[in-house]
Amino acid sequence: MTATSTRTPASAATVAAPTVRRAAPPARRRPRWNRISIVGLIFVLPAALYIIIFQLIPVIYGFVLSFTKYSPLSRSGPKPVGVDNYANLFTNGDFGNALLVTGRYVLQVLPLTVVIALVLALLVARPFRGVSFFRSALYIPHIVSLTAVSLVWLWMYSQDGLINELLNAVGLPDQAWLLHPDSALNAASAMRIWKALGSNMVLLLAGLQSIPKELYEAARVDGAGRWNSFRYVTVPGLKPMLVYVVAMDIIYLSQGFAEIYVLTKGGPLGSTTTINYLIYTQAFQYNQLGTASAMAFVLFALIIGFSFLTMRSLTGRQK
Amino acid sequence: MTSTSTRPPSIHGHQSGHAPGERRIGSTIVLIVLSILVLVPFLWVVSLAFTPEKDAFGSVSLIPAHPTLSNFDTAFVDANLSTALVNSAIVALITVATNCAFAILAGYAFARMRFPGSTALFYTLISTAAIPVSVTLIPLFLMARGIPFAGGNDAFGHGGSGFLDTLAGVVLPYIVMPLNIFLARQFFSTAPAELAEAARMDGAGEWRIFARVYLPLAKPLIAVIAIFSFTGVWDDFLWPLVVTSSPETQTVQLALARFLASGNVQYGPVMAGAIIATVPVLLVFLFNQRSFISGLADGSVKG
Repeated sequence: MTATSTRTPASAATVAAPTVRRAAPPARRRPRWNRISIVGLIFVLPAALYIIIFQLIPVIYGFVLSFTKYSPLSRSGPKPVGVDNYANLFTNGDFGNALLVTGRYVLQVLPLTVVIALVLALLVARPFRGVSFFRSALYIPHIVSLTAVSLVWLWMYSQDGLINELLNAVGLPDQAWLLHPDSALNAASAMRIWKALGSNMVLLLAGLQSIPKELYEAARVDGAGRWNSFRYVTVPGLKPMLVYVVAMDIIYLSQGFAEIYVLTKGGPLGSTTTINYLIYTQAFQYNQLGTASAMAFVLFALIIGFSFLTMRSLTGRQK
Repeated sequence: MTSTSTRPPSIHGHQSGHAPGERRIGSTIVLIVLSILVLVPFLWVVSLAFTPEKDAFGSVSLIPAHPTLSNFDTAFVDANLSTALVNSAIVALITVATNCAFAILAGYAFARMRFPGSTALFYTLISTAAIPVSVTLIPLFLMARGIPFAGGNDAFGHGGSGFLDTLAGVVLPYIVMPLNIFLARQFFSTAPAELAEAARMDGAGEWRIFARVYLPLAKPLIAVIAIFSFTGVWDDFLWPLVVTSSPETQTVQLALARFLASGNVQYGPVMAGAIIATVPVLLVFLFNQRSFISGLADGSVKG
């Protein structure tokens, strides 16, 4: 805030102004108010006001709601209840269950999809005839909406669906994949692994291509083999993108909703009720807006925590 | 494949960076197998969508014996898809327009016309991209209901339904997406500054410099923002589910999910509906394939 220090009270201004001017480093000037920067502020204003009103204020509003009891049907307004909503979450088995389901979902999908996507990215990193066909083909599941993709997998998991037909073809009996508490979440996870491959692959591919070619040549000159150049050039060079991919996957996967809505409606026996699905039912089926808001903020805190841990643990070792 | 022709097959530990032919063939086979695995569900979807209902039970063949379009008719009529397609198109086009206008303008200013506090403001705006949907879902629902003078509301937002169950309500959370501001700033911060200085020398105003000098350079950026906004809105599910309640305002994804839930599941028409809902996004992707993948890569590499 050195720029504002020139606007000192009038008595001091005459003394302070010249020294501040001289002290300003020539390399990186701080922006100051002038005709151009005022126009800049005007350019920013519509987007900034919109995001403040419809993204930031809702966060504050939601946080306030999480300390109240409020049904959207009642027009009397929210009733303050202190920390009751949060306290009840820990005694309420449904929320604990949803936390476990969401955690298991993320842990089942994340490692597999990132590893397979990395293999795919390495395979399509070098140009060869037809490489763009493979890149596009593998990206298609990402383009199709989660809703449409879930409908497709609902059919695949159905009694006469593709998966049971394949099982029958090798002499195994049918499975009711989505109707058993043991298999329903695994079935949803398999779909999300498949769905997330394309975008992860493209991002990791971009990460691979941003590694300078000279590093590989230097490694070769130093006598590094394939494994060593992967270990000491590719892995460190890919790290920033890997952190980004893992963090984004955690954020997306921990908010799974559309696929659960289409595939299982949270069942059977709550075995696929993710936190977001529970929040939706609490808020818009049971009209418990306060409880649902408290759940949303616990989820928010967990997502921030885990994203932060990911960045720390994956970037910590470097340098 | 030609570059590897003369080299002998490498033994383990051979110090060569070139991929030997055998390894290249092996990895191509792995790629083909994985690509088939990824694409198989879609092949069956297309097949099922063109298979007549009476043939759809028991073992379905990949190429339908009696291909038909009747499933598409059923999807359009029973799922009310035409209304839903129009709704989704309106919502998506509004979103593309507002994002191209406001996000690009803001990103340009954050890159080229910085003011005291602009960096802090930029990061504040961008950080909202990480807020989980469920955190803002309930407040936004209440805010949409409480829009003053809309849907029978009074000046204080009471008494009516506000923007609930209207397309204006559906559009509400998408008007400016923070990620698009980020992409725009990345783009303009790499554009040459000399252009603006030269234009200022000639006495051009700031708006003119933006609109006549920098905006014409930004076609790839506009393409990427348009694609992101379009697909993001077209594919979203939770917000339209919460804010709409009648078939007249539902979006395509909702129509699909409700079609399935509407009773005896007939997979042929459902798959036909899924194809109809996907074609617009697929077209957008195919026509912009290069800027889609490279733009996505550019934006995130620097992030």
